[in-house]
Amino acid sequence: MRYLSNVTTLEYEAARCTGCGRCVEVCPHGVFSLNGRKAVLGDKNLCMECGACLRNCEAQAIRVRPGVGCAWAILRSQWRKGKDETVCCCD
Amino acid sequence: MRMIKELPPEKIVCGCSEDKPATPPAGRQELSGRPWVSGFIPTPTGDIPLVSTRLSFGDKLSAFKVRWGVGRMSCHVPPGLYAAGRPGPQSPVLVTSNYKLTFDSLRRRLTGQDAWLMVLDTRGINVWCAAGKGTFSTEEVVSRISSVGLSEIVSHRKVILPQLGAPGVAAHEVQKRSGFRVVYGPVRAQDIPAFLKDGLKASWDMRRVRFRFQDRLKLISMEFVGSLKYLLAIAAVLALVGLLAYRRLSAWDFLPYLGAVVIGSSLVPLFLPWIPGRPFALKGALAGLAWTVFLIAGGRLGWLPAVGWKLAVVYLLFLPAISAFLAMGFTGSSTFTSLSGVVKEMKTAVPLMGASVVLGVIFYGLSFFI
Repeated sequence: MRYLSNVTTLEYEAARCTGCGRCVEVCPHGVFSLNGRKAVLGDKNLCMECGACLRNCEAQAIRVRPGVGCAWAILRSQWRKGKDETVCCCD
Repeated sequence: MRMIKELPPEKIVCGCSEDKPATPPAGRQELSGRPWVSGFIPTPTGDIPLVSTRLSFGDKLSAFKVRWGVGRMSCHVPPGLYAAGRPGPQSPVLVTSNYKLTFDSLRRRLTGQDAWLMVLDTRGINVWCAAGKGTFSTEEVVSRISSVGLSEIVSHRKVILPQLGAPGVAAHEVQKRSGFRVVYGPVRAQDIPAFLKDGLKASWDMRRVRFRFQDRLKLISMEFVGSLKYLLAIAAVLALVGLLAYRRLSAWDFLPYLGAVVIGSSLVPLFLPWIPGRPFALKGALAGLAWTVFLIAGGRLGWLPAVGWKLAVVYLLFLPAISAFLAMGFTGSSTFTSLSGVVKEMKTAVPLMGASVVLGVIFYGLSFFI
């Protein structure tokens, strides 16, 4: 399944990559792969901006605005009405 | 939606539960009362509770209840170190969250394995959401390693974290601060035995999240429960309008709206890949539109209550908007939507849904005079 194309904030600077392979290990959608001593950015439209690669890239070769793609959370942050219990990503 | 455009991104975290206080580690007496603790094993730091790797009827019953929203937010296990099988200093350390369903799905895969389980205090939230919320974090991993005295219990210096914990944990920082190297294990607990057997190697497939029909099926009970408040609000408005305008209450008046809610909250999520469009709100609107056309056509053909042209317009303005709104909410339960994508879809969808409902209210008011 695919979501919207050309929206992700993911950016990758290959020059900084040290080839540790952490991004390949953590991405749940296989956006990165390893080619020799460098990570390669594949289909970035599969990126869900979870931020796992960003957080685990010691070389700081990855930039992304991490967040949760949850409409309820976005609505709630807009119109905070105190405590109501909505389902979002909790399972 | 100017407001959404200017949204500070760091403010958006999963909105599924309010922040809860930390759970203190439980003492031996409290732990021995838990049905999933089958005994204790001695270690240099004291007795460690041994977990059962079989789920009891009670575990399954509480999991079922949680799927329907009953007791969901109080479903946690005390953080700390646990044992499965007969672990020793060489045995692997599996790190997990203290959401009971997560803990259960891990321990039931450990039959025949000797392993340590290090349960973090994620406030009863599953690994992925807790990583997004910042409770499954570098800080929590580092401080839990220290508080359970892990370096005295195992001779190696490796901890296995679930891959979906990675958004909250910087592996290199954990290593720097604790001396333990982080290895990210598979996404699903069911792949743990194969992962351990292959010398801590996860295959390509084990590293991918999935969102199959059966995965979505597990979620829709909770989606439906979440939509009940909208259903009640709609029922209240319809009852009020019915009594004031026509002096009657009819289930038939309510049924089209019930259908729109069930479609948006449950059927669109379930049949997600087969409904056209990529934005969830569009999928919901199309499904709601199909339902509306069905109602109008059924009325025309005589096998459903007749739908006059005014009522048809009211249905067209309300029903697709309701389905679209609820389907849009499923973005948060899905495994592949990004914040940027959802913001983009909402910028178009929310004003359209709002306009549709406002027009519906105006038209309904005017329809008494036409």
